[in-house]
Amino acid sequence: MAETITIEVARYRPEQEAEPTLQSYEVPFNKDWVVLDALNYIKDHVDGSLSFRWSCRMGVCGSCGMTVNGEPKLTCATFLSHYHPGPIRVEPLRNFPVVRDLVIEMTDFMEKLQSVKPWIVREDDPAPAEGEFLQTPEQLDKYKQFSMCINCMICYAACPVYGLDPQFVGPAAIALAQRYNLDSRDQGKQERMDVLSQHEGIWGCTFVGECTEVCPKNVDPAGAIQQYKLAATQEWFKSFLMPWSKP
Amino acid sequence: MKPSTAYSQYHPKWHRTRVSTLWWSRKWSYLKFMLRELSSVFVAFYVVILLLQLHALGRGPEAYLEFQLWLQNPLLVVLNGIGFLFVLFHAVTWFNLTPKAMAVRLRGRRLPNVLVAAPNYAVWLAVSALIVFLLMRQG
Amino acid sequence: MANRSNEPFLWALFSGGGVAAAFLIPVLLFLYGLAFPLGWLQPPDYERTLGLVQHPLTRLVLFLLCFLSLFHWAHRFRFTLYDGLQIKHLNPAINLFCYGGAVTGTLAAAYLLWTLP
Repeated sequence: MAETITIEVARYRPEQEAEPTLQSYEVPFNKDWVVLDALNYIKDHVDGSLSFRWSCRMGVCGSCGMTVNGEPKLTCATFLSHYHPGPIRVEPLRNFPVVRDLVIEMTDFMEKLQSVKPWIVREDDPAPAEGEFLQTPEQLDKYKQFSMCINCMICYAACPVYGLDPQFVGPAAIALAQRYNLDSRDQGKQERMDVLSQHEGIWGCTFVGECTEVCPKNVDPAGAIQQYKLAATQEWFKSFLMPWSKP
Repeated sequence: MKPSTAYSQYHPKWHRTRVSTLWWSRKWSYLKFMLRELSSVFVAFYVVILLLQLHALGRGPEAYLEFQLWLQNPLLVVLNGIGFLFVLFHAVTWFNLTPKAMAVRLRGRRLPNVLVAAPNYAVWLAVSALIVFLLMRQG
Repeated sequence: MANRSNEPFLWALFSGGGVAAAFLIPVLLFLYGLAFPLGWLQPPDYERTLGLVQHPLTRLVLFLLCFLSLFHWAHRFRFTLYDGLQIKHLNPAINLFCYGGAVTGTLAAAYLLWTLP
């Protein structure tokens, strides 16, 4: 028989248990398999009751974030061979309530994301017929890194500040706010600043830096937050010294 | 940030794990963060020593000599040794993190982090050398 | 701005203190905490030290060092207590301790540097 590897999966079935438990499954050890493949194997061939989110299998949709051996990972980009000979422990993302098995409740994140208006805000809002907004490659380069975010919430799972204080807006939302602030077509900087300059906005961050370490897309939310702090501080002093100047 | 809607906050069946008080001991990078933050205690500790030195300096040569002898207390030397390591850690982490907070751009391109951090080290070296020179200069 | 918080001001002090402490404290703590007490180097005597500190520029630098470093500590330590020990409910006491301590130390530094002979 071909080699197998043990996957210990966190199970939580709210209708029958109060606390999550671990359940072990043996899956074929296939060098080309990622953790998500193993979970799908279990779902298809061993235990159909296992619940987890996934979609694209190629690191684009951001659905399959889970805790693999204690680290928040995209399970579609985490190879079994990396953990050979196992066992591999798969748990739901930390810092979020668990709905069932590996499925977390993400309403909180969705609301935070929306609160920072991650879209192009215009004061004039011209009709589409008037043509597109033009942008140079240099202007694109300024925010491109932050636009790679796929909302996988892995940075939230790694952020101790979010874990300790769920009011904190959190890494991805702030990075995306910065992505639009740096966009030459955007005019919504001030509206976002009003949300993020509160204590639960950028000021809650203590620059642990783990969000940047774990990000599968190299977005660097920690950098975005510090840059935001610097900008907010400059603006604070400006409005303090020159209260008549319009921000 | 306004609290989330009631729908997402008080669901009885969801399982929530509380962050343990010792969360920072779970992982090396978290521990490093905690040590970095604790370096501030030794920053304040040094300021206290500096204030005591100024106090002794203001009271005259005898008081200053007394202060210098007090600094030779072995317990204080050990504490200062630990403090030195911590402020060194503070300096290095601080210099290395500046490029993250400042996206320096030159001719439309972002400068690599190393180039932004390097001047910090140059200034650090120069300032330290200047202080040693001022204090050790003869006559 | 809709929400005028004092966080930017405190953060500016924290950052300034971080810079001042990083540049100045390692060498000073090494000299006065280790090299001089252990006899590795000969410390400048009373007259010379006083002469150096009496210079207006030295006074200014030392004052800024004390002031900014203490507020750096206050800010960082406040968050360390919040996060590390999860004692956010003690906020008013922590704030009083940290910023009160920083203000006291800053006033002491100003007084000592001002009254130096």
